Amino acid sequence: MAEKSEKPRSFQEIILRLQAYWSSKGCAIMQPYDMEVGAGTFHPATTLRSLGSKPWAAAYVQPSRRPTDGRYGENPNRLQHYYQYQVLIKPSPPDLQELYLGSLEAIGIDMDLHDIRFVEDDWESPTLGAWGLGWEVWCDGMEVSQFTYFQQVGGHDCTPVSGELTYGLERLAMYVLGIDHVMEMPFNDPDAPIPLKYGDVFRQTEEEYSRWNFDVANTEVLLKQFEEAEAECEAILTHPVDDPKTGKRIIMAHPAYDQCIKASHIFNLLDARGVISVTERQAYIGRVRALAKQCADAFVQTEAGGVECSA
Amino acid sequence: MPDLLIELFSEEIPARMQRRAADDLKARMTDGLVEAGLTYGGAAAFSTPRRLALALEGLPAESPTVVEERKGPRVDAPEKALEGFLRGAGVSKDELEIRDEKKGQVYFAKITKPGRPAEAIVAEVLEGVIRNFPWPKAMRWGAGSLRWVRPLHSILCVLTDDAGEASVVDLEIDGIRAGNTTQGHRFMGQGRFAVTGFGDYAAKLKRDKVLLNPEEREAHIWQEAENLAFAGGFEVVEDKGLLAEVAGLVEWPVALMGEIGEEFLGLPPEVLQTSMKEHQKFFSVKNPKSGRIERFITVANIETEDHGATILAGNQKVLAARLSDAKFFWENDLRVARDGMGAWIDQLEHVTFERQLGTQAARIARIRALAQEIAPAVGADVEMADAAARVAKADLSSEMVYEFPELQGLMGRYYAEAAGLPEDVAAACEEHYSPLGPSDEVPTRLVSVSVALADKLDTLTGFWAIDQKPTGSKDPFALRRAALGVIRIVLDNGYRIKLDRFIDGQLLRHKIGLNAKKASEGEIDTLEEVLDEVADHGVFGAAFQAVLDRVKDRDGAPETGDGSLLRTVGDAVPDLSTDLLAFFHDRLKVYLRDQGIRHDVIDACLELDGGDDLALIVARARALQEVLATEEGENLVQGFKRANNILRQAEEKDGVEYSFGADVKFAEAPEEKALFAALDRAERAIAAAVKEEDFGAVMAAMAGLRAPIDAFFEAVQINTDKDIVRRNRLNLLNRIRVICLQAADLTRIEG
Repeated sequence: MAEKSEKPRSFQEIILRLQAYWSSKGCAIMQPYDMEVGAGTFHPATTLRSLGSKPWAAAYVQPSRRPTDGRYGENPNRLQHYYQYQVLIKPSPPDLQELYLGSLEAIGIDMDLHDIRFVEDDWESPTLGAWGLGWEVWCDGMEVSQFTYFQQVGGHDCTPVSGELTYGLERLAMYVLGIDHVMEMPFNDPDAPIPLKYGDVFRQTEEEYSRWNFDVANTEVLLKQFEEAEAECEAILTHPVDDPKTGKRIIMAHPAYDQCIKASHIFNLLDARGVISVTERQAYIGRVRALAKQCADAFVQTEAGGVECSA
Repeated sequence: MPDLLIELFSEEIPARMQRRAADDLKARMTDGLVEAGLTYGGAAAFSTPRRLALALEGLPAESPTVVEERKGPRVDAPEKALEGFLRGAGVSKDELEIRDEKKGQVYFAKITKPGRPAEAIVAEVLEGVIRNFPWPKAMRWGAGSLRWVRPLHSILCVLTDDAGEASVVDLEIDGIRAGNTTQGHRFMGQGRFAVTGFGDYAAKLKRDKVLLNPEEREAHIWQEAENLAFAGGFEVVEDKGLLAEVAGLVEWPVALMGEIGEEFLGLPPEVLQTSMKEHQKFFSVKNPKSGRIERFITVANIETEDHGATILAGNQKVLAARLSDAKFFWENDLRVARDGMGAWIDQLEHVTFERQLGTQAARIARIRALAQEIAPAVGADVEMADAAARVAKADLSSEMVYEFPELQGLMGRYYAEAAGLPEDVAAACEEHYSPLGPSDEVPTRLVSVSVALADKLDTLTGFWAIDQKPTGSKDPFALRRAALGVIRIVLDNGYRIKLDRFIDGQLLRHKIGLNAKKASEGEIDTLEEVLDEVADHGVFGAAFQAVLDRVKDRDGAPETGDGSLLRTVGDAVPDLSTDLLAFFHDRLKVYLRDQGIRHDVIDACLELDGGDDLALIVARARALQEVLATEEGENLVQGFKRANNILRQAEEKDGVEYSFGADVKFAEAPEEKALFAALDRAERAIAAAVKEEDFGAVMAAMAGLRAPIDAFFEAVQINTDKDIVRRNRLNLLNRIRVICLQAADLTRIEG
């Protein structure tokens, strides 16, 4: 295992070390997806790329939004906007657990002093029509990551199987840095000319979004946007695949999937606004899942989805 | 005699699946080996988070040679038949033996199946076991197609002969080649090592910090936990389920005791315990002096240089975050509780209980109405029962119950106490859920009993009203448990309640609710009127008719003809009620069978007195079972059945019912006259004893008929030429039937 490293000093150092570590292990270091999502799994680099037969290895930070978790920046652990670190490798390598433990060493967790455990936790995303088996990883009793072997995504069996790692960055970093309130966590180096804490960067936005998410967001507009995204997604996918301009066959799986992501996030906003009843909730989730499945169906017809290029 | 050692090494197996998997490995391997001719001396299976292991002692080196004799065609049979036989048996013609049989000369073949080496059989059986292992949930990984609970990394499979010489069994499954090596603890082990047999394996695992036997890990954890607690003057709260789970999360258990922050000690102990157990898998540690839970024990999977200080500090921090949440919920909840819980009760207006049955608020309104009706029947204060039913489910809106659903009821009690409600009301919040299982205690406080019965009956009648009865193994709303709960509350407390009127009334309440939207005001008002009438008089049919008669002349009287809402409801309720009562009877039979009462004995008592007074049914059944155990009773049943059979046959033949008018003046034989006298006596005695509900006396009086009935059949021929005498005798037999039926329906008794 890697040599014991110095403790990191800031939130961003932990992120940078993870980037360096997974880069050294051969992952493509990607950038966050440029849309609002609820979790790193929604990034097409995970959802779509876990489908089909082509090998894949990617790692990235994904800002994630969970409107219902907003606490106006006051709760020490809860945020409506936070960062996930996501790794997806297909096919899952036989030493994925060791690779993962190496990443913990890389951010300063000494395996000889801490108690690391893999505790059963099966993952399921009803909105993505996806499930897998794996664990939540505990460090001294705290959940620091989710570790999943994808079995199905968008209703398709995953062959080969992808291994997915998801780190809740704020929580993990707070633990490594010994911080009790997220807003107190050093964002950049504490000795930098302008030291910034997490709260300096995000307290105000937490407050603003909490208010907007819970009380102000225009639900009529949101409802309309949901319908539009849903309709557009379906329209894109039913569009003829032959492009008259280039004369090529172009399936627009990714643009359609963008609309699916959009619908999913709007649903989360509506949920936070409390305008969705328990029974409607299931129906909305089912609608998003239907979109995700259609996008998955489309993606596996593409080259990236494993179809041999005809040219 | 070689020994066999198998280890299947994988990534972490869920704790809840390990023991079962070890048992399955043992059962499937040994079954497969024995079937292939390999017996064994002893077998033991073990599990840790990362491995299943099986040790078999005393296998033969090879399976025995089996010689089988097969009979072929006759010697003079066509050549084709012989060819087919030779092919099937795998022998040549000159190996055949010819024997003289009755039908002529016949070919016989001796087929020798040579024994196979144990190694080959083990490889074959193990591959089958691995490929078809009954995991509750299995998965694929990487690019392979093998399924296992989590990725399978290595297979250790060695046979050790008497000289201690180990050989690896030749086996490869999806690229995993069996070997003789494994590894110890993930962090404290020293890499892969080879083993020569089970003893060597277990010892080297221990050296590399793995306790193979889960029972040993459990014992070790418990011992360490008790020692830690004892040293601090504390005691560990026992929790066997948690102990088994924790033993499945570690290969090398190290117990550590930590403190619970002072600021959390004011939380209810159940909250501390639940939060620590559910989220963190901690044991609770109690201070016997204060009675509070003040410490916790966590079990780590590693020994560290700092003796667990870092691990404990981390766990304490996580716990503090968890308990801060719990404390936050508790304090928020207490504010609402002290305000009388009104906000929670209002909130239940927006919570759906079941799509058709409406909101939790509507459910509570129904339970309140029924609890008020039940209260007088069990001797509870009506207002108190109503007050309890009103708040009994308020805690469903609390933050604590949202977080920990398993604390429902218990939190209700705490919050009702905080609201300053009477003790009986607070207790009912918790106790009305009881009994939850067959061994759970039943409530005895009268207010709790009223609400518990009302709650369960409301649920049962509700799902009956919308036709969602349990079928087969499907009982998603736990209706069987609800019915058993009613039965146990009634019987254990010895209540004399006729369930029928409560069932009728509550079914009607549901029907009103279910039809409220589509019905006219007049229709609902009329049904409400029926409901009042049922509450007063207890009989649905009569109440329904009385109300219909009363309203039919009023202005704007609702429709009552066929197909009208009122008629439909009026027809449906009695059918549903009968059906639900039959469901109660089924549960009662199951319950009493466990107490040793025969099902036919219960059947013989169910239909008397309307069958809705459970205590009466049981008293009668017990007395009947007792009398049937005597010679008198047993013979009486035979006599009764004989009388009944003769009567039935005669009635069938003659096309009439012999149901009255037996007259002693047509009696001829003295035994016949004696039977008349005995029946007169028994009739009076049984009627009196039934009135007194003295079923011992009822059954004794009935059993007393045995001698006169036997004597009668001995001396008297029923069928005579004198028609009037014959008819009189048949009518006399009918008296036997009628009188005995007042005690029990003996036609139901088997044998």
